[in-house]
Amino acid sequence: MNKIVSKEALSANVMKFVVEAPLIAKSGKPGHFIILKTGKFGERIPLTIADSNIQDGTITLIIQQVGKSTRKICALDAGGYIDDMVGPLGKATHIERFGTVVCACGGVGTAPMYPIARAMKQAGNKVIVVLAARNRALILMEQEMRNFADEVIIMTDDGSYGQKGLVTQGIEQVINREKVNLCVTIGPAVMMKFVSLLTKRYEIPTVASLNTIMVDGTGMCGACRVTVGGKTRFVCVDGPEFDAHLVDFDEMMMRLGAYRDYE
Amino acid sequence: MEGMKKMRDELWRKELRESMKNKERVAIPRVKMPELEAAYRSRSYDEVNMGLSVEQAVLEAKRCLDCPEPACMSGCPVGVNIPQFIKYIEKNEILKAAATLKETSALPAVCGRVCPQEKQCESRCIHLKMKSEAVAVGYLERFAADYEREKGAVSTPQPAASNGIKIAVIGSGPAGLSFAGDMAKYGYDVTVFEALHEIGGVLKYGIPEFRLPNHIVDVEIDVLRKMGVQFIANCIVGKTVSYEDLHEQGFKGIFAASGAGLPNFMNIRGENLSGVLSSNEYLTRINLMGANREETDTPVFFGKNVAVIGGGNTAMDSVRTARRLGAEKAMIIYRRSEEEMPARLEEVKHAKEEGIIFLTLHNPVEYIGDEKGFVKQMVLQKMQLGEPDASGRRRPVEIPGAVKTVDVDLVVVAIGVSPNPLIPSAFSGLNISKWGTIIVDQERLQTDLPDVYAGGDIVRGGATVILAMGDGRRAARCANMQWMG
Repeated sequence: MNKIVSKEALSANVMKFVVEAPLIAKSGKPGHFIILKTGKFGERIPLTIADSNIQDGTITLIIQQVGKSTRKICALDAGGYIDDMVGPLGKATHIERFGTVVCACGGVGTAPMYPIARAMKQAGNKVIVVLAARNRALILMEQEMRNFADEVIIMTDDGSYGQKGLVTQGIEQVINREKVNLCVTIGPAVMMKFVSLLTKRYEIPTVASLNTIMVDGTGMCGACRVTVGGKTRFVCVDGPEFDAHLVDFDEMMMRLGAYRDYE
Repeated sequence: MEGMKKMRDELWRKELRESMKNKERVAIPRVKMPELEAAYRSRSYDEVNMGLSVEQAVLEAKRCLDCPEPACMSGCPVGVNIPQFIKYIEKNEILKAAATLKETSALPAVCGRVCPQEKQCESRCIHLKMKSEAVAVGYLERFAADYEREKGAVSTPQPAASNGIKIAVIGSGPAGLSFAGDMAKYGYDVTVFEALHEIGGVLKYGIPEFRLPNHIVDVEIDVLRKMGVQFIANCIVGKTVSYEDLHEQGFKGIFAASGAGLPNFMNIRGENLSGVLSSNEYLTRINLMGANREETDTPVFFGKNVAVIGGGNTAMDSVRTARRLGAEKAMIIYRRSEEEMPARLEEVKHAKEEGIIFLTLHNPVEYIGDEKGFVKQMVLQKMQLGEPDASGRRRPVEIPGAVKTVDVDLVVVAIGVSPNPLIPSAFSGLNISKWGTIIVDQERLQTDLPDVYAGGDIVRGGATVILAMGDGRRAARCANMQWMG
């Protein structure tokens, strides 16, 4: 049982939870994720860790309501409990001094990007964050990013905030202006696919953090398998981060839709 | 063995032996397990085997000749005192029979259901030498354990006085539970860490309700709780807490029983299509998450034409599950012939009765998907048997050009598992084989880290519940000698 310390709506569909999880807070690193389950009949769903506080023994989760299970979790209130939570899972992000790192994120992908971008900055990188969303209301964690990033570029589909355009246009501006040593991308699969296609053209090493369907999250079920460089890999234990240029995003998108009609 | 002989020499055993001639005992036909009717059970999740009545059990117990040197016991990985418990049944002292089982086995109701007795205790029964069928040791074991539970008389073995030594067990499957039970009996302070939200490991996520109901596993786990064993769910040793953390918390020793986690795939075309899943995923969704039930949130595919790849017990569990979830055609696809199938005979028999189609000497070579990426067909290569291979079984070889395409909407791949890499990668200093298993001293099950023992599938790579339990017992005995000595 993990107590919900606070809950805050970041947009109509996105909630921020701070949850007691002292062991996960202590052992979690940027890039790790957790699996949680609510209620006796709940589903196990993977969520990335947006932040952690060792002193308070808490972690931050940012959850978008997309289906039955995420709606159930978002209906929980501060003071309530998440029945089951396990983690940290997956491999941590490889952090080192690369030079200039572009962190390109869309939608709730911004949440797991936050600790990664911050760790990249702490490792001595120049960090440029490209935040993308459909409109102004869906841009998350802008101020948190601005607190440490060298630059934050905002892109919205409708031009209601920042520049009008896609995440790839924001990245390309940076590429045209200066040398980029690494790109990290987290967001919807289709977004990561196009980020990957762009950076491949410019031969910029790119890491994508994948969020696939999972059951156990420890390598047992294989629901999360993706093809990377022609080989089948498990996102939960081999990932969640992979060389974006080798990921078969089309297959991944197809697999993400597998249970859509079954919920 | 000395103690065994002494028990055999006790007056009641002697009197019981002499109460009936061996010839009469051998003349009794082996009991038939009452089963749910195939037509009903293939659409229901109820347990197939219904268990023996008291009369059936007592009569079956009379068949046991109470041999002076019971070969059956040498076939039992945990060393159950088989004649003793059977003779208690004959004497109609069923609770004493149940208590006898618990002296050596932490999970008698489980073993009585899922052990391959025909390859173990029963395969050594004296009856077989007399051209008679073996005593139904497994049925009797299940009977005694069920009787105790159903009478509300579940006994708890009395642990020795606490020695205050803290021991951590990684994984709550059969190896871990068996180790935990024995260590608690020796007086250790035992904590079991489990990665999933439920205690029981493969007994919960793997074996289906119709073969091993979860509530039966829970009763046996409760006995361990009453013996003082603590269980911590949702905690992955090597992730949530480290080897060093355990030492900081005062744990003096560790038993690694994290199981065989990773499902194997064949790496053929189309295997990552939607609707192609591992047996681990399929069975976990249903057995652990209850995806077949309306009230749960976890989804599962209900296939009409289901192919299960493989010929082991997990394949049988998967295909029989698919049938129960409404499959019109539920097929086993196996590359060798039925004779080489590793599944228990009982499982194969039950599967056939339930209308499962067996496509033996067929091997999938490709899956074909629809426009949405769902599997719709599989291409099968027909095989024939060639020379024996390293496993001693005849090697399947392709018949050139003999392929056929079969319509499927769900494929479950049940061709085995590989060890979970979590522990091997998180504990530096362990010796790991090229297959990813932890290498241990074969006798003592001790790893290269002197305070870490290991057993079950993380060492064996994929075996049975009872072999895992045997490892748990052996590791407990050896660890006790090290830590108390």
